[in-house]
Amino acid sequence: MPQLHVNGKLLNYEAEADTPLLWVLREQLGMTGTKYGCGVAQCGACTVHIDGAPIRSCVLPAAAVQPTQKVTTIEGLSPDGSHPVQKAWAALDVPQCGYCQSGMIMAAAALLKDKPRPTDADIDEAMTNICRCGTYNRVRAAIKVAAGADAKTAGLDIIHVTRRA
Amino acid sequence: MSKLYQEAFEAQAAGSAGIAPATGISRRRFIGSAAAAGSLVVGFPLSAQAQQAATMPPEINAWVVVQPDERVIIRIARSEMGQGTLTGLAQMVAEELECDWARVTTEYPTPGQNLARNRIWGNFSTGGSRGIRESQDYVRKGGAAARIMLVQAAAQGWGVPAAECRVAAGVITHPGSGRRTTYGQMAAAAGKLPVPANPPLKDPKDWKLVGARLARLDTVEKTTGALVYGADLKLPGMLNAAIRDCPVFGGKVRSFDAAAIATRPGVRKVVKVGDSAVAVVADTWWRAKTALDALPIDWDLGPHAGVQQAQIDATLKAGLDAEQAAVGNRNGDARDAIAKAARKVEAVYSYPFQNHATMEPMNATAVWTPERCEVWTPTQNGESALAATAAAAGLPPAKCDVYKLPLGGGFGRRGMADWVTQVVQIARAMPGTPVKLMWTREEDMQHGRYHPVTQCKLTAALDERGEVTGLHMRISGQSILAAVFPQNIRNGLDPVVFQGLNAGGGEAMIGYSFPNLLVDHAMRNPHVPPGFWRGVNLNQNALYLECFLDEIAHATKQDPLALRRKLMARHPKHLAVLDAVAERAGWGRPAPDVKGMKVYRGLSQTHGFGSYVAACAEVSVTAGGELMIHRIVAATDCGHAVNPQQIEAQIEGSFVYGLGAALFQACTVKDGAIEQKNFDTYPCLKLAHMPKVESIVMPSGGFWGGVGEPTIAVAAPAVLNAIFAATGKRIRDLPLSRHSLKA
Repeated sequence: MPQLHVNGKLLNYEAEADTPLLWVLREQLGMTGTKYGCGVAQCGACTVHIDGAPIRSCVLPAAAVQPTQKVTTIEGLSPDGSHPVQKAWAALDVPQCGYCQSGMIMAAAALLKDKPRPTDADIDEAMTNICRCGTYNRVRAAIKVAAGADAKTAGLDIIHVTRRA
Repeated sequence: MSKLYQEAFEAQAAGSAGIAPATGISRRRFIGSAAAAGSLVVGFPLSAQAQQAATMPPEINAWVVVQPDERVIIRIARSEMGQGTLTGLAQMVAEELECDWARVTTEYPTPGQNLARNRIWGNFSTGGSRGIRESQDYVRKGGAAARIMLVQAAAQGWGVPAAECRVAAGVITHPGSGRRTTYGQMAAAAGKLPVPANPPLKDPKDWKLVGARLARLDTVEKTTGALVYGADLKLPGMLNAAIRDCPVFGGKVRSFDAAAIATRPGVRKVVKVGDSAVAVVADTWWRAKTALDALPIDWDLGPHAGVQQAQIDATLKAGLDAEQAAVGNRNGDARDAIAKAARKVEAVYSYPFQNHATMEPMNATAVWTPERCEVWTPTQNGESALAATAAAAGLPPAKCDVYKLPLGGGFGRRGMADWVTQVVQIARAMPGTPVKLMWTREEDMQHGRYHPVTQCKLTAALDERGEVTGLHMRISGQSILAAVFPQNIRNGLDPVVFQGLNAGGGEAMIGYSFPNLLVDHAMRNPHVPPGFWRGVNLNQNALYLECFLDEIAHATKQDPLALRRKLMARHPKHLAVLDAVAERAGWGRPAPDVKGMKVYRGLSQTHGFGSYVAACAEVSVTAGGELMIHRIVAATDCGHAVNPQQIEAQIEGSFVYGLGAALFQACTVKDGAIEQKNFDTYPCLKLAHMPKVESIVMPSGGFWGGVGEPTIAVAAPAVLNAIFAATGKRIRDLPLSRHSLKA
């Protein structure tokens, strides 16, 4: 039985050899945080990391991913939403509908790993994901916050009220 | 249908604190938190009435539930699709309720419950930027009534007049006696009191939560992948369906060879869906989709198989000079003014078909039995989804229900229910088995409900001094209402066609006074189905008028702002937003160069969805013809601003949507079908294209305007006017990618 190493676990799956990684993650392994948007590597909603590098999982056959390669999905980026990119996203209320945001966050996390202090040009080049709601300016600002900028510099003045259970 | 579904569904939804997709979920959470650990409530989904009677937590009224642990559940009838309505509506209820915002959660009542309770939650439809403005009065009254009932319950218990009690953050006190209680403790007693019919509302100057830049309630689960969209739903025993509808609108399935794919892995059934589509049902969606790709289908392409885009364009062009047209706005005699004009300016503009292209393709899950049908789907209109469910199920609506799931984008597309009809038709072929239908991007591109296609001929009459003495705007083209609500067409007139050009009405009014004005419409409806596309008809109408005013300014050697100001003396609210952007942008002073390039500005303003909006764009065009949009200044007067940081998000998003459309997007017809199939041929605006946006939210009070759509309409004309300033090139048809800006 074929195997994938996903979010720190070696997992068995059953699928035809040409099944894209996206659909093995979503339908065989139950990880639906990674989204289908186009199926042709245009939109980036399906972005995951393989050994830390961002890839578009909708066009990559799962069988081409070796069990020795480490796949990370949005569910595995942090156990509790505490990755600096996730925290910056929440601080600036980046998502609107949210559907593209898993891919955005994975692309941003990979960028920051590669370039901890990205320039605007770096962000332009790395963040080619499509967002139809139009969150781009907050995405840019949140990447800078995740890179160390004070959230106040985004000028949004968002009031965060700690939720009480 | 039953326990299994409930548990699987709730396990998936666990962690979704912000949006509870259906009442069943928070009911379970409620009882789960109140009762001993491990006890589970079963029976979801029950009929709406049974849920009400048996297991819903005691409500104060239809809008507010307070749990013994002080958690406040605010019921939200409208759909959240990214626009922030869920948080904004909760703010308004909480404002009047005087509860603790930190304890507020939300839930969607189902359309079936609404039906069973005589539409106590009103309209579920979420479009036209109406989510807040259309329900603000009754949701605030819902919060106010609940507060009055909670206070009354405490006062009765204490034997003191309610008027002597005070409330703050969910705590009721009686200063005279020092007594204190909480909403959670009073909820059960308050729920038994009569609901005050018309409770007084706060003066806006006393608002604390309304107007605050509060964080959204639904953000965190969108950063962890935990939020369960329609596409993500999994029910026990569920099968997956992929569908192909006849690529030509109006075509039919003649036959298909199910045997050819019968032995493919996982394939369970091939189902003809209506007259025009075929679905493959398999254990996984990927297997269904790949089997469908391999299925031989013989199409009867129908009567429109020979239609080409050029024919549609020619039909619309003929309408520009047609004798018959429906009049939308008229004063004086524009034709006479034009006949007598010392000079005329004339131009023809056009606007293409465009697809909504929500990031999440259309999808729904259904279970059908002869007794009951239930659907889970992202929808902008739960009630129309329920009606579609009942019709396709062959059951009365009372034996059906729809559970709204978070929407991966809506933009008007999810106000329709065509995919709901499809999924129920498929589920009917497999009684008792849950089936999830998801469209491919290609299916979504080719079976949209497209932005209507129109052309516009504008003719201005000028006197010897160059003053405008008359304007005729002849719109030719598609009517959304004729396709979607034909009963609303009166004497051949579609009133929505004139959005932004109306003389009055408060919804979408022209911001200029012309001595003689005629705006009329020659309806020409191609076979491509139109729909409400975010911004609707305001998009092209604002583009036509705002670009043409720039043409008049250029032809008469006037400053575009000065010309507008002359025509806007009787439209102070339109003028106020225009002046605000002009001032902030520095209109009248040269813009500083960016990276050695000269920067040019363009203006536009309009009124739509009840709000006044304006924009100033700053662009450069390189010698090679590359457009760079550096900065946008945008102003919105929406009357009352419920959550300014979310209004700013909507303004920014509107530029993404509007500029993506203007720069890149057109759907074109070839052999009766839409040619574009995916984002490679239907490009979207990306982060690297995105200008800086400075938003000016300037609510002037006294009215409620929408914010999700109006700004889209000023995006394209502001940029096109700036492009003209930079290059002298006047772009009159979209998208811009069809034109060269090379010097």
